[in-house]
Amino acid sequence: MKFIVCVKQVPDTSGKVAVKADGTMDRASMATITNPDDLNAVEAALALKDANPEAKVVLVSMGPPPAAGMLRELLAMGCDEAVLVSGREFGGSDTFATSQILAAAIAHLGLEDDDIIFCGRQAIDGDTAQVGPQIAEKLNIPQVSYAADLTLRGNTLTVKRMLEDGYMTIQTHTPCLVTCIKELNTPRYMTVRGILECDQKPYTVYDYETLKDEPLIEPDTIGLKGSPTNVYKSFSPPVKGAGVMLEGCGKETVEQLFAALAEKHII
Amino acid sequence: MSTFVNTDPNAFRGVWVFCEQREGELNPTDFELLSEGRKLADDLGVELCGLLLGDDVEGLAKELGGYGADRVYVCQDPRLAHYTTDAYTKVICDVVMDKKPEIVLIGATNIGRDLGPRCAARLHTGLTADCTHLDVDVAKYKEFLKSTSTLDVDGMKFDENDRGLKMTRPAFGGHLMATIICPRFRPQMSTVRPGVMKCAPFDQARADACVVELCPVSLDVSDLRTRVLEVVKEAKTAVDLIGAEVVVSVGHGISKDVKRGLELAQALADTLHGVVGASRAAVDAGWLSADHQVGQTGKTVRPRIYIALGISGAIQHKAGMQDSECIIAVNSNPDAPIFEAADYGIVGDLFQVAPLMVECARGN
Repeated sequence: MKFIVCVKQVPDTSGKVAVKADGTMDRASMATITNPDDLNAVEAALALKDANPEAKVVLVSMGPPPAAGMLRELLAMGCDEAVLVSGREFGGSDTFATSQILAAAIAHLGLEDDDIIFCGRQAIDGDTAQVGPQIAEKLNIPQVSYAADLTLRGNTLTVKRMLEDGYMTIQTHTPCLVTCIKELNTPRYMTVRGILECDQKPYTVYDYETLKDEPLIEPDTIGLKGSPTNVYKSFSPPVKGAGVMLEGCGKETVEQLFAALAEKHII
Repeated sequence: MSTFVNTDPNAFRGVWVFCEQREGELNPTDFELLSEGRKLADDLGVELCGLLLGDDVEGLAKELGGYGADRVYVCQDPRLAHYTTDAYTKVICDVVMDKKPEIVLIGATNIGRDLGPRCAARLHTGLTADCTHLDVDVAKYKEFLKSTSTLDVDGMKFDENDRGLKMTRPAFGGHLMATIICPRFRPQMSTVRPGVMKCAPFDQARADACVVELCPVSLDVSDLRTRVLEVVKEAKTAVDLIGAEVVVSVGHGISKDVKRGLELAQALADTLHGVVGASRAAVDAGWLSADHQVGQTGKTVRPRIYIALGISGAIQHKAGMQDSECIIAVNSNPDAPIFEAADYGIVGDLFQVAPLMVECARGN
């Protein structure tokens, strides 16, 4: 029994964002964090392991070598093994190609009948929420997204799946993939013991050579060449015409504001 | 190398909108997407079709015509009564590969964001999430670039005969806009968030003229690996941020007296017949529930009046409200980025300014 957790290291877009002269984001100069929803996915797996001590929690991340630091922290939280999928052949992948590669990495690990794959709902740098469901499709297993609660009995998984105006209770069987939202749990902290032990835990890098014989890996299904979508143009978001900064902040100022709104028939 | 069956663009024609219904009720996003799809179909000179799945939903189809659909394909079966990933994906991929549309639009609801990626992966095509602007016509796309970017559009080369879908979306939390294309595979798919596209008025003549076509449904037990045990509508007082005319949002600035800050926002919203929204900071702090959140990871709103109280204006937040007709920002920090998006800015303590605004609004 394995709980596989897909995690992504992302730039911390909540802070100050550095933009290069050409308008692209200067990732190198920005702090990185573990994608927030992915921490809920890690916690979901660790909580199930608490109830099923024979199970292993295996992290899988695709990204450049610095993602190793994030994986070490997650091992210190209590995960058992980590796999970093990294290689220049994988660069430039869109969500389709990314899920193709991650699915291949999971197939390489070996997906067994009692395994569950956990993902965060979406990553804060792309906000697409596409990679989780696409991994499930490529592995031909059922998915449940937006999980806010879950229980596992035998190989039956029951999930509270959030909708905008309520929820559905969905039952499915392992192996399956679940995408997690922050309502699901509160991620635990690293422990001192975890930090001491994390460097002894199995840590593997899968590069193109490792995965090239997986059926999902073809030159025309991975990387930039294998990505169905391409960036056509990119540009800085429009800057709105300068508004009016009102003088002061007292009663007169507010009255002036409402007069202007009334004059323009906004109120 | 792989073999693909969907690489001939000439074999695919027409614009489709996946029309979501829950418990027999159409989703307002369907109408927004059909209104947008209508423009694309007109530019391409092709049909606009709705795709409607459910149990006994044929009766809903004509209404979709009123928002622009020339034709509605209906797939009905008791096993489609509630949304399940497996059944919906199977049925949609079957119809898509049978009829071969060139464009498929899906609302980025919690259901659309589950369904879209699964369908795109099965069809082996691209899917662009959360698009805020769509073009097929090159001249219109150039106009769009001219009005929203600083790019030297006239100095750039374009293929004037290109009829591919140009899908523009915010990237990196809204720090950058990217136009995405899917040149090699069909259909071209995109999701659009609720509230982003403008809904056209309902047209009874179009509704009457709309052709409703039933499509066969073929489902096998092995296609259905999830079971819906129950669907629960939560009886919470739903915050209708997307439909609101006035939104009063609070951010980190209320931290020194959260209770009072929320009371002020509510009072101002009540006076202006609006609702209360929140920045990510306010939701993450637990002051308001996630359904109040405006921004890239929350909701996109375009009310008549948007009032930001104590919101610094992180780009994620701006991405969700910058199309509001009139933006009023109150913040004690004169350098807060929210002022860049504001039509009217007041530098001051929201605890002093907001009560004055309530007073003034009551006087009007």
